Parts: sequence; structure tokens; C-alpha cells
Amino acid sequence: MTESVLRVEGLKTELEGSGATVRAIDGVELDLRRGETFAIVGESGCGKSMTALSILRLLPETGRIVAGSVAMEGTELLSLPEAAMRGVRGRRIAMIFQEPATSLNPVLTVGTQVAEVLMRHAGLRGEAARRRALDLLDAVGVPDPARRLGEFPFQLSGGLKQRVMIAMALAGEPDLLIADEPTTALDVTIQAQVLDLLRALQRERGMSILLITHDLGIVARMAHRVAVMYAGQIVEMAERGRFFSAPQHPYTLKLFAALPGAGKRGGQLAVIPGQVPPLTGEFAACRFAERCEFAFDRCRSATPAWAALGEGHEVRCFLRETRRAEPLGSGRAPSAGPAGAPLASGESGAARAKPLLAVRDMKVHFPIRRGLLRRTVGHVRAVDGVRLDLAAGRTLALVGESGCGKTTVGKAILQLVRPSAGAVSFEGVELTALRGEALRKRRNEFQIIFQDPYASLNPRMRVADALGEGMMALGTETDHVAVERRIDELLAQVGLPREAKYRYPHEFSGGQRQRIAIARALAVRPKLIVCDEPTSALDVSVQAQILNLLKSLQRELGLAYLFITHNIAVVEYLAHDVAVMYLGRIVEAGGAEEVLRSPKHPYTQALLAAVPRIEAAGEEEFARLEGELPSPVNPPAGCHFHPRCPSATAKCREAYPEAVRLSPTHAVNCILYREQTNGG
Amino acid sequence: MTAYIIRRILYAIPILIGVNLITFALFFLVNTPDDMARMQLGAKRVTAEAIEKWKAERGYDKPMLYNGSAGGTAAITDTIFFEKSVKLFVFDFGNADDGRNIGYEIATRMGPSLALAIPVFMVGLAVNITLALLMAFFRATYLDVWGVVLCVAMMSISGLFYIIGGQYLVSKLWNLVPISGYAGGVDSVRFLILPVLIGVIGGIGSGARWYRSIFIEEIGKDYVRTARAKGLSEATVLFRHVLRNGMIPILTGAVVVIPLLFMGSLISESFFGIPGLGSYTIDAIQAQDFAVVRSMVFIGSVLYIAGLLLTDISYTLVDPRIRLE
Amino acid sequence: MAPLVLTAILMIVPLAAGTLFIALSRAMPVVLWTDALIFLLLAAMAAYFWYVRRHEHLAAPWRRVAASSVGMSALVVLLAFIAVGLIDSLHFRPRLAQPGAGGEDVHAVQVLSLLDELARGLRSRAERTYSAPLATRAYSKEMLELADGTQVRDFPRLAHGGAHLKDESGRSRDILARCLAALALALACWGVLAAVLAAALARRSRARFGDTWRALLGARTRVPWRAMLITAGVLLAVAFPAAALSARYHVLGTDKVGQDVLYLALKSIRTGLVIGTLTTLVMLPLSVLLGIMAGYFRGWIDDLIQYAYTTLNSIPAVLLIAAAVLMVQVQIDTHPELFPTAAQRADLRLLFLCIILGLTSWTGLARLLRGEALKLRELEYIQAAHAFGVSHARIITRHILPNVMHLVLIALVMDFSGLVLAEAVLSYVGVGVDPSTISFGTMINAARMEMAREPMVWWALLAAFTFMFVMVLAANLFADAVRDAFDPRLRMGN
Repeated sequence: MTESVLRVEGLKTELEGSGATVRAIDGVELDLRRGETFAIVGESGCGKSMTALSILRLLPETGRIVAGSVAMEGTELLSLPEAAMRGVRGRRIAMIFQEPATSLNPVLTVGTQVAEVLMRHAGLRGEAARRRALDLLDAVGVPDPARRLGEFPFQLSGGLKQRVMIAMALAGEPDLLIADEPTTALDVTIQAQVLDLLRALQRERGMSILLITHDLGIVARMAHRVAVMYAGQIVEMAERGRFFSAPQHPYTLKLFAALPGAGKRGGQLAVIPGQVPPLTGEFAACRFAERCEFAFDRCRSATPAWAALGEGHEVRCFLRETRRAEPLGSGRAPSAGPAGAPLASGESGAARAKPLLAVRDMKVHFPIRRGLLRRTVGHVRAVDGVRLDLAAGRTLALVGESGCGKTTVGKAILQLVRPSAGAVSFEGVELTALRGEALRKRRNEFQIIFQDPYASLNPRMRVADALGEGMMALGTETDHVAVERRIDELLAQVGLPREAKYRYPHEFSGGQRQRIAIARALAVRPKLIVCDEPTSALDVSVQAQILNLLKSLQRELGLAYLFITHNIAVVEYLAHDVAVMYLGRIVEAGGAEEVLRSPKHPYTQALLAAVPRIEAAGEEEFARLEGELPSPVNPPAGCHFHPRCPSATAKCREAYPEAVRLSPTHAVNCILYREQTNGG
Repeated sequence: MTAYIIRRILYAIPILIGVNLITFALFFLVNTPDDMARMQLGAKRVTAEAIEKWKAERGYDKPMLYNGSAGGTAAITDTIFFEKSVKLFVFDFGNADDGRNIGYEIATRMGPSLALAIPVFMVGLAVNITLALLMAFFRATYLDVWGVVLCVAMMSISGLFYIIGGQYLVSKLWNLVPISGYAGGVDSVRFLILPVLIGVIGGIGSGARWYRSIFIEEIGKDYVRTARAKGLSEATVLFRHVLRNGMIPILTGAVVVIPLLFMGSLISESFFGIPGLGSYTIDAIQAQDFAVVRSMVFIGSVLYIAGLLLTDISYTLVDPRIRLE
Repeated sequence: MAPLVLTAILMIVPLAAGTLFIALSRAMPVVLWTDALIFLLLAAMAAYFWYVRRHEHLAAPWRRVAASSVGMSALVVLLAFIAVGLIDSLHFRPRLAQPGAGGEDVHAVQVLSLLDELARGLRSRAERTYSAPLATRAYSKEMLELADGTQVRDFPRLAHGGAHLKDESGRSRDILARCLAALALALACWGVLAAVLAAALARRSRARFGDTWRALLGARTRVPWRAMLITAGVLLAVAFPAAALSARYHVLGTDKVGQDVLYLALKSIRTGLVIGTLTTLVMLPLSVLLGIMAGYFRGWIDDLIQYAYTTLNSIPAVLLIAAAVLMVQVQIDTHPELFPTAAQRADLRLLFLCIILGLTSWTGLARLLRGEALKLRELEYIQAAHAFGVSHARIITRHILPNVMHLVLIALVMDFSGLVLAEAVLSYVGVGVDPSTISFGTMINAARMEMAREPMVWWALLAAFTFMFVMVLAANLFADAVRDAFDPRLRMGN
């Protein structure tokens, strides 16, 4: 076996919480080899980031390491004096963080921040440091590096900032790079670029990477070995191949089963009952026992030790000690391959009955005011001519990267932002023409669910008041008794106990809050719900619960969803129809089957290809999308996508392409297909 | 950038007009010149003639807003509003009750005011930032905890106590510097050293504590963690990263008071007998010299607005995010 | 929440006793404007805490305040000051001994407070002029006529200070004895207090008295009762000897006209409290309403409100206050018929000072709330309310106001100490309270003239500064505890 770079043993870290000590890491061991990528995967709060920070001894001031050993090629890091430890940070071990936007110093230039590492660890100064910094920026794929050196972080896009972070990390030529959710804040196409970069750098430099992530897709794409963390401990460790083909720990199995995707369309997603146990006490039992469907007596009376299954596959589970090779549950991770079940049943028939919602050529332009008299000098064309159709009981997914205007579309349909132009027809009524009371009267028919379960509920309002607010304001229920009855009914509908109504939002977890937000939207019996990324702030197991709930509500109540998201797996699981948005416009729309299985627009193709998938573990992907989303203030002339399009021709620059109908439901705005249809 | 500054200056005009109207309303409408005359001349036993004379001496015997008896433009200009309020805009302040020209007084008294205010401002800023950085560096140790306690105690002490206590100790007991007074030139140092010292000490409590909280907030930010992950020492992190970011709110917060330094410090100047604008203002308030108070209100507003403008400009200078936008 | 109950008791007992006293002595109750507002404020606070007790999410930050030993110790000191201030806020006109012609009660024109009544001795035992703390003789020499008719220049004996002493050399012994006796009494009272507290705690938690007692002494209670008891003990240890000595001596000396300085200091407390609290009461509606409106509605409403507060802010505060106070002074002087008693005139000027200070200081909080409202209006729960067609008024009252209340509360406690300090400066400048109102500012102003005397008359200054320092320090420490408990940003940072 290759030599070990970093060996962590029995690491325990505590965080001083308000009143109680949280054992954030409770005995972690891992062994990182030279040149490998080792992924730690787990849900929020499991201690994966704390592990990374403990290794570098960069814990927040409330945290402290209470036991264990972290040895880097024989040097014990935990007992090093602080001054010597500073020699390790940035030189032997470098780290990049989740939020490139806040992780760079806003008032220092990129050049200074890179050169700082060179000065500290390589003793380079002045021109030498500058030249080396230039090389580094070049190596991480920052275009025009000489100019970028003199720029400040705010002048860089998110993807470029993360590249600069990586350049800074590489400056000390570390043996180990710790990447803590390095792409979570980035769009999927940018994520793909950054992940590729990391992989290429690793190959060139033989550096080890400790990758911390919650995304199994990224693990599949990046990792050589994988560890799953749960409640402060690693519960399973394996080579990537074995991990994805034969996961063993019941928690790992549940994580796989909770992932949405095309293969699970018909059915419910698996959910993990209960919640992560509080980490304030000592565990006398398996920490997953309470939520495990295979748990037996022993699981509740003793803590499981590692069970070795061979080939480096280890798992902390009593089941594996007793029934060694026998597969648990369905055995392989229940993820359907690309050739799974058809996406939506009866897609072509499409029940194109009466459209509930028809959006035509909708535009939302925000004026930019400049100069002495605050004259309008231009517009942010957040939404620039969008057409959508949604029928009752169906789900239309609006897909796109951040900044493409999809959230504004949702708000404009609800008239929370007034469209600058175009038509929004709801059940034949033109909403943009309604004002004041007339609009208020119809507001019960369309509602919205937001992304952030913490910001979407007023912390000062009891659940009952939050749920009752809409009914009171819109007068949908006749009297107080009816309101109370409706609240009980709603809580039952979203799977919360009746007592919940007397409580305040802070007493609920993120998933429960999102249920309350759903109940609040349902309270006024809407026909359409705009779901604005309702699961993107949730862990995968909680996301599964919410998706299941949304699906069953749609079945029972015949709701129509406009599902705004960037998560392709969720779209595959939930959507009947898909519209892909790029820079304020829809570039491709059609049935889910049509758009996701045979994407036509080059952007759709690139977007889908960029999504890391667990099915594609280890396979090489095709061409990446270059560059980043242009500004909606000055969209490129002609087809908005042409500067990034691999198939762009001179013609693309001339005019925005008309929609081309490929089937009764499938339309694409791309010049490639006009020629095709003309030719054919 | 230029357009921005011009817009800000234009924005100041309605504010100055507002200030002008407020002072006019306070000094002439809420209380009529008759009321003021009666109060100044001694309440009850004044005669109507005495009041008329008092008013005529000061030019308060004209109509308020419109002079019906005068023709042409004089109908507007020969009024109290025009004479006493509009003329402030061209810095024509008229005369004080003692007959001296207010504009001239202001010009001569600015020097001593600045001689006291500028050192207090500069030294105070330096001392407070240094102390705040020290506390931030030793955060969560006893040094920090007791530093904060000391700051809270110091800001709980009345400013008057610092002055009186300082005068007693330094001037009276130890006889180091004169208790009060002023002289021009180099000689002024002798008179200024104590008030400057006291001004600085009096500001430490709230200043150092506030700056410390700014630094502590910065230390909690992500970029500081990045800097530590680079292997930089705590001092480098503090001085290169935290200080630069913390200086943005500190400097821009300090800039707003720079023009107001001209106004001098009310209490210090009058205690130490420094013939600046602060003591001028206090004397005017105590003598109920309305013409001087009105002029100082107007000048104060002009300087405050200048401070706001400077703040905006300083933001663009110290914060690259705004400078390059 | 136990400290709140304690606070309530501490506030109610003196008020009830005072009312009873006024009723029994058939005095004529006088409610000054500031009294009425103080009681209104008290009622509002009581209503707030009653509401908080029933809402866990509101009570939680107060629990954190209650767990802070520095904050709670400061509260004990503050409560002592507030109790003095409240006793000083029950005003009446005493009944004259001589009944009227028809046998009805006749009342004096002089308005007294319950504190004046309690400290009647201090008030009545005036000397002719200056005397040092605990002195038996005056501070300056006078021509004295001896028994044999010869005249000498010497320090005369005081009329009251130490007048009971036959032999002045026994002064130190006398003082020591009185102090020790008072300390013994203080210790006894303190012991009773501690025992009662322990018993009450034991009863509430249904624990054994002994266990509770030990928990109390070992500081193992969640509320830092031990720290509070120690503070109370220190207060008692200062107050009892001072009270005991003040019966025979002038503990803090006398001022130029021979008034007892301790009495002046005690009277100043109410003035400080009134300015510290009523000013915020005036300012609060303005800043909350305008600040939230500016941030929530934006557009021209925002422009207008911003214009208003920039304009007001641009006038130097002292000058604006000075101008306004001068105007008020003119009004008062020209309309003497409106004020039946001197106390009412002085009180109205105090109230106006509060209003003027409030009008000049609302801008800071308004700006803060504007920024907060700007942030809140973009939050998703407000968007959701818009999606329900909820009216603006309802969104502001149900969604925005409750979510900025912590800022209002922090501003309220933080402003208090600044206002108390400002009063001293303004009174010094001559635009503060009425010269006849006893306040820290007027005390300092009067004593400043004595600086030049040789040897210096220091006690009045020192008394004013010490009382003010203790009050402001307690307020600042309590404000810190409140801010730490309420500011979510601060709590996350640590």
C-alpha cells in the first residue's frame, strides 16, 4: 500500500455550547495516503467540518480538542507548539473553505493574499513572489492572471474566488489539501470546473486531498476512499468502488435511498425516522440505533466497534459482525442507472387539459440609476421574455443557475414583483391587470414556499398564528372555530402533531419548519404553489421527507407546482415538465422525459453533464462548460449563450434564436435545430 | 465619482434651508422679539418704549416675512427673515449683543478651538485604536476582561469630573501647568497640554470599547480563519487583516466629526478659559445672545453636512469595494 | 423570572407605604407631570413583564440577563436608586396644623415628596454655610463672642452637626460607635434577607432549606443570588451607618447655604432617573414609527424621513437643546400665571427638557430601525405575508415591530446612562433643569465656584460625582448584560 500522509486516531473535540458541552467529534480515526482523495461525507452537524478544523487546530474559540492524535508523517500535530503549528498550516496542510465570498479578505488584492503565503512559507518577496503568484493563478485557470493580481476579491465571480483560494492553498506546495465543501456555494457548471481543477492538480502534484462534502455525487466523481460520518463518528469507510456497489451501514443505505432521482419517480423516497441524537452525553449504544430499522437488542446496549469486511472496507455495525457478507436490504445502493424507468408516465398525452397558468413574454426589468439626476441608464433584465404553461395537478420545474432570474419569475407570477411587460394568465384571469382588492381576492389561489426554512417563518409568531394569518387576511374561513379546525387539519396534513400550533418556530428543526411553511401555503386552499428551492437548504434525508410530502399533497389535492430549483436529481424525481432558463429567458422546455433524456439545447446538455452522479462513479465526463454566466445588464448580442457555447457559429451572434418545436411539447431556442428542421 | 459628490453637495442645500427655517421658527415665531426683549430687560417692569428700543437696536423691529410698507424688492429684503436668516447663507452673521461682529469673532476664535480639538482628536484616535487592538489581541484573557471593565467604569464617569479632577490634581496640587488661560504661539502648549490630556482620557472609555467590539467582530469573520490557515502569526493576522478591515468603520466614523472640530469643545474651553468657539457658544447661551446662538447653529449644520460629505468620500478612499464600483 | 418578581415587590412596597402615609396624614396629594409619566412608565413595564412571563421566547433572553452575575448585581444597585427615585416621586402638600376657618384642612403651598418627609431631619437641620463631612465646626472662621464677652476669631460650632457632643474630642469614638451599631443592625437585616430568600427559593423548588442555603452560598443557583446578596450587603453596609450618622452629623457636609449634601445627592437621583427614562419614552414612538416606516415603505416616505432626521441631526445637539430650552424659558417667564407653585414650574421645565432631549435624540435609533426594517422587508416570511395580501399596517405591527423590539430595548437601556451624564453637562451650560431643581448638574455647577476657595470645598463635588458614577456604572453594566442577552449577533460571535 502507498505510504500514509496523515493519521488521525481517537480524535475527540468538544464545543462549549450555551449551557452544555457538545461532543462534536467523538472518536474519529482515519488514515490518509499520499496522492489519494479521501472523502468524508455526512449531513450537517455530523462533525465533518470540525474534523478538518481540528486537524489544522483552527477550531472556533469555543472548541477544544480533548483527546486523540493527529500525526503527519510521524509528527504529532496536536502536541506541537503553536509557532511550529503555524509552519504546518499553509505549508504542509492547506485548506479551502465553503464560502469563497467571505473567505477572502475584502480589502486586500488577490496578489497580496497569494503572495502572503509565498512570503511566509517560501521566503519569496517582491518580483519573485509576484511572478510565482502569477504562475499559481495561471495554474488554477484564472484567465488574464496579470490583471487579476491587482484586483480585489469583490471584482471576481464566485468561481474565480474559489480558484484564487485554491491558488493560495497551492502556494505553500502542501502535501495535503483539505477542501471543506469547496463547491457547495457554486453553481453546478462552475462546480464541475472546480472539481476538475482539483483533480488535475492532484494528478500533477501527487497531493493528498481530504474532501469534505454532503454530496454523494461529488464523492462518486472525486474520491478514492470514502468515510461516512454520523453524529461525531465515522460509521463506515471503504474504497469508492465498494462503497457505491455494496454499502453496509444502515445509515449509508438510507442516505442512498433518500437521494431523489429518475429511478424513484413512481415511489416514495426512503426517509430516516427521528433525528440525530443530541451530542451532549456519552453514548452507551450505537448512535444510530434509535433510527435504524435493523436495530436489535445489542445495538441499544453497547457501542459497536469496527468490523472489517476486507479490502479496507470497515463498518461500525453489529449486523456486520454477525451476518458478514449477507446483503442488507436491497444490497446495492438503490440508485437507478441512466436507463431507469421512464421519467413521467403518459407524458405525451400530458393531460394538456386546461392550462391553469399561462405566462406569455413576461419581462421583469429593474432600472439602474446613475449620475447626477439618478437617470435610468439601463436595466437589469432579470426576466426577459418568459413563456410558461402549467396545468392543474402537474409539476413544472424551472431549472437554471443562480442569477438566471428563476426566482424573479416565481415572484412575478405571484405579483410580488410586478412584471414590466407580458401577460400572466391564471385560470383565464390576467393577473398583471389586477390591482388592489381585486388582486387580493385571488391571492388565495396561488401561494409560495421559500428556500430558507429559518427565514420563512416569523420567529415571533406561534405556528397557529402563522397558519391563521392568510386565512384571516383573505377571509377564506368563516369564523375562528373554522380557522382553528383548519389549522388542526393542516398540521395533520403535513405530518406535525396538533400541539405544534402553540409553539414557536425556534422549537422546530429545519425540516419541520419547512412543513409548517407548506402548511401555511396550503391554508388558503391554493391551486398553484410556487416552490422556490424548497429543499436546497435541507439535508438529503430531510429533503426526502419534504419531497414525499409535496408529492402526496399533489396527489390528494390536485395542486400544481412551479418548482424552481437547480437540483437536477429533484427535477428528475418530481417534475412532469421542465423549463430550462438562461439569463432571463427559457432556452428549452418540454416534458421531463424529453428535456432530461434527450436535451437539445447545448446549455441544457452542458448543465446535465455537469451534475455529479453516483451512477457515473469514476467515469470520465465530456467537455465542460467554459466561463461563467454573463451579467443580465448587458446580455450578449444574439443568442445569450453563444460566448460559452461549444457549437456556436457566427450566426448565433446575430439574433436571438426563435423557438423551434421539436414535438408538441418540446421546444428549444437554438439555431442548430432550425437548420435541422429546415434541412429535414 | 464627481457626479456623486456634486449630488451630495446639492443634497445639502435643502437640509441647510430646513435648518434655517427651524432656527427662524424657534427664534422668531415661537417667541416673538417682544418676549425676548422682555426677558432680557428683566421680566415685568419694562416699558413699551424700552422694548421698542431694544428691538430697534437689533433690527428686530421689522416685519417677519413681508414688509408691506416697503416697495419693490425691499418688501422681501427689509424683513427679519431676510436680514437675520437668509443672510446666514452668505455667512453674514451680523453683530452680537455686545456690538461686535460675529463673523470676525468666529474667525479669530477658530484658531484656539482647533489648537485644542485637533490634538484631542488625533491622539485620542491613536490611543483608542491601540488600546482596542491590545484588548482584541488578548481577547478572552483577564487583560481583556478587565480592560473592558475599566472602559465601562471610565465611560461611567462624568466628563466634568475628568476636567475638575484633572485641574485639581495637575494644576492645583502639583502645580505643573496653569489652571486655565491661553496664549498665542508656542506658549499655548503650556495651556493646552492638560485639556488635551483630559480630552483624550475622557474619550478612552467609550472609544476603546467600541473599537474593540469592531475588531472582535472582524476577528470572527471567515477571512481571518483563512489567514490563520495560511500559517500567519496572530500578530500578522491582526495587523494586516483585521486592522485594515476594522479601520473602515473606525475611520469613516471619525471623519464625520473632523469639520465639527472647528466648533471647539464646549465644556473644556470654558473650564480652561480657552478663547475658542466652544466657550463663545457657552457664553452666548448663558448671556442669551440669540444672534450668536443662531449663527453657531447655522455654522454647526454646515460643518456637519461637510462631515457627511467627507464620510462619503472617505468611504470611497478606504474601501476598494466602493472606490472601484 | 424570580428577580422580576423581586423587582416588582421592591417597587410596590415603597409606593404603597407612601400612598398610605399621604392618606393617613390627610395631606393633599399632588401629581406632577413627571410623576404621572413615571407611574405610566412603571405600569407599562409591569404590563410588559407580565406579557413576557407568559411567552417563553420573550422570556428566554431575560433569563440570560438573570443569569449574569454582573448584570444582576448592577440591577440591585439600580433598584436601590430607583426606589429612592420613586419615594421622591410621591408628592403632596402637607396639612397645616392650624385648621381653616370652617374647620377644614388647610394645606401648605410647599410641595413635598415622601423622601422629603422621610429625610425631614436632613432637610431641617441646616447650617449657616459650609461644613466639612462629619464636622462639628464650620469651615471658615468667624468672630465669636465668648461667654466672658471677649471676641475671638475661630471656627464656630455647628448648630446641628455633632451638637450633641459635650466634648468634641469624643467625636471619633462617637462616630465609630454609631457605625458599629449600624453595621451590626445591617448585618442582622442582611441575615434576615438572606434567610428569607433561601426559604422562598426552597419553597419554590420544593427543596430542603439546608440544601438551598448551601446552593445559595456556593453560588450554584442559576440566578446569581449570592452575587446579588453580596451587592445588597455592601449597599446595606454603606446605607445603615450613613443613616445612623446622619441623625447627628452631616455625613457629606453642607453646602454654601448650609443644606445637607447627602440630602441634595438623594434628591438628585430622581432628576437623573426622570431624564434617563422619560426622554426615551418621548423619543421611542418617534424613532420606532418613523424608522420602521422609512425602511419598510422606502421611496418618497424614506426620502422624507431621512431628510427630517438628517436636518435635525445637522444642528449641533447642545445648540438645538439650548435654543429650545431658552424658548421654553421665555414662555415660562412670560406666563407665570400658568404655574401655581414653584415646584410645578420646575417640574414642567424638567419635562420639557426631557421632550427636547427626546426630539433631538430620536434620530440614532430611527436610523438603526430603518436599516433593520430594510433587511426584514426582504425576508421570506414578509414576502409570504404579501402573498396573502396582508395589509401594510398588519405587516408592520405583527411582523416587523416584534422583530426589532430587542433593538429598541437595547437602545433604551444603553441611552439611560448617557442621558444622566448629559444632564450634568447641560445644567452646567445653563440649559438643563430649572436652577431650583436639585440635580447632579446643579450640584456640580454650584460647587464649581467653590473650587477656587482655599482650602478647597471638595465634598459637594465628590458626593455628586460619586452618586452619579455609581448610578451610571450600574446602568452601564446592566445595559451590557441586556445587550449581551438580546443581541443575536453578539451571541453567535462568542
